Amino acid sequence: MTSDITAGTAGGDGVAARIAADSGAPVAMQDLSRSFGTVRALDGLSLNIAPGEFLALLGPSGCGKTTALRIVAGFEAADAGSVTVDGKDVSGVPAAKRDMGMVFQSYSLFPNMSALDNVGFGLRMRGRRSGDRNRRAGELLDMVDLTEQAKKYPHQMSGGQQQRVALARALAIEPRVLLLDEPLSALDAKVRLQLREQIRVLQQRLGITTIFVTHDQEEALSMADRVGVMRDGRLEQVAEPNELYAHPATAFVAEFVGTMNRIPAGLLPAGQVRAIGTSAGTADGAAAPASGDVDLLVRPEELRIEAVAGGNGIVTDRTFLGSVTRISARLSGDVTVKVDRPSSEAAAMTPGTSVEVSLAGAPVLVAERQ
Amino acid sequence: MAAVIDTGQAGRATAPPGPAGRPRRRPPVWRWVILVLAGIYFLIPLYAALRFAGFKAFPDVLHQAGFTGALTLSLRLALITTVLTLVLMVPTVIYVHLRLPRLRRLLEAITILPIVIPPIVLIVGVLQVAPGTLKSSPNLLGLEYVVLAMPFAYRSIDAGLRALDLKTLVEASNSLGAGWLATLWRVVLPNLGTAMLSATVLTVALVLGEFTMASLDLYQTFPVWIVNFEQSSGPVSVAASLLALFVTWIFLMVIATLGGRRAGSQASMFSAVRRDTRAGGRGPLAR
Repeated sequence: MTSDITAGTAGGDGVAARIAADSGAPVAMQDLSRSFGTVRALDGLSLNIAPGEFLALLGPSGCGKTTALRIVAGFEAADAGSVTVDGKDVSGVPAAKRDMGMVFQSYSLFPNMSALDNVGFGLRMRGRRSGDRNRRAGELLDMVDLTEQAKKYPHQMSGGQQQRVALARALAIEPRVLLLDEPLSALDAKVRLQLREQIRVLQQRLGITTIFVTHDQEEALSMADRVGVMRDGRLEQVAEPNELYAHPATAFVAEFVGTMNRIPAGLLPAGQVRAIGTSAGTADGAAAPASGDVDLLVRPEELRIEAVAGGNGIVTDRTFLGSVTRISARLSGDVTVKVDRPSSEAAAMTPGTSVEVSLAGAPVLVAERQ
Repeated sequence: MAAVIDTGQAGRATAPPGPAGRPRRRPPVWRWVILVLAGIYFLIPLYAALRFAGFKAFPDVLHQAGFTGALTLSLRLALITTVLTLVLMVPTVIYVHLRLPRLRRLLEAITILPIVIPPIVLIVGVLQVAPGTLKSSPNLLGLEYVVLAMPFAYRSIDAGLRALDLKTLVEASNSLGAGWLATLWRVVLPNLGTAMLSATVLTVALVLGEFTMASLDLYQTFPVWIVNFEQSSGPVSVAASLLALFVTWIFLMVIATLGGRRAGSQASMFSAVRRDTRAGGRGPLAR
């Protein structure tokens, strides 16, 4: 990393304006299904992405998110369903003619070409003359702050630089849609954070419809306009990041996004549940079992904790997270919960302290007992 | 071959690490012993041959009857074999890597057959079934050599492809608008330079040294000529063998040197070809 991540230099603005003028195609996936042998990678996935929207597909490995992206890119064919871009069905269009820029998880720069030639490759395939091509490629490298690396070959660049060149290369063809297949997962933490911001800034400036596949919930929540959580080839929930965190539609989403406590609970009449000596209402709109053994799902910041002699739990551990401290407490029945408190309050709760943990009263999510 | 396999991820991901940091230990004595023993084992026959031939036999080689014809035939066969081998093997191995990765094991097994089956068996079989027009042309030998060269060519190209993330490179190229031909020509082949060079050198070395098939086919290739000539002049024949050996060594040195340099040199190796085709190559590939 030789430079900071501000994406906005004089040379880049012209390109941005040109790309933005013709970008932002709406993308729709309808009932996409795809099987590999006996494995159903996609099971009727439908999703609409607005022009210029940054949508993240989030899920554990094997949930079908990459398959969905590859079908949109044209690298895989769906067994059933269709993909439309700007209202036109692209299912029969080969990848080379889809006008979609893609950044891959592994380093995908052509090893035999310099950074400049890599970025110019798509333009070359479109028959642009070399002078025009190099000027455009130079502008795009400038946009990702890599002007000085223009003559370097991929093996002479760091991983982060390579992915920025790959991003510039994908944007050079002025794609209708930008597809990002876990582009940050091979990078180390600090570079990942910088590139995350850079991608988001560029995407917003260019207004380009973007699909971003990741298994990293922090990445998805921090970058995307909306996040689609996938599981077993289906979409569990699509929502804005704060909505997804605050009102998860299913237990899977709740536990996959953010930190979640699972506490054994008893069902009461009228949509109430009771656990650790307190009762609470269940969240509206979320699927919940009507009977049987259940668990409560509750976020660390939605639990109360007080240092009380003879309380219902004992502090086992503390993790300092800056302004808050995450306290681990063991309750009866060998249940361990995590509770977030302002660090100033948590100072007194050293391991071994007897505490009283209770529900804060907010509606909670109920799931079948695991 | 090490040079081919060495083009892995490690070098690509980060800047090349400096030589510093690796502790240099003195190799134990027994390594030197083995090295010296091996050296003696290989060098004594060479020295003996050199003594037997004498230095003044070397210029004589060039003026012997049949020498030029035999050498020309061998070089012609080397050219035919190499071109056919590369044209057949490179697309095949690329296709298997991309589309039929599960067949790689099978292909590996098939390509080893020419080593397992003695050449004598192959040639007798070929002579049984080959049509007369082919049998009357030395080009038949070229076709047979393609089979013989298969194990070496396959392994070189396979190693070269394994060092690349072929699937991602091809998909990246496709997504940027390149069709299959453009992808093959501009992305895959330039990165297989070292592997193809290695396949070429091994094939050429094989053709220049093959005796059984050529002899049974009754063609006077260079090795056949050496053996025939030995009956009239031993020293000159041995000098010719040594010459052949040195030429092959030089080939191997060239590949090791070229393979030791990295992607940049591969690019320059192919840039001449690309410059020639730049004007015409674009037409059918552009959208």
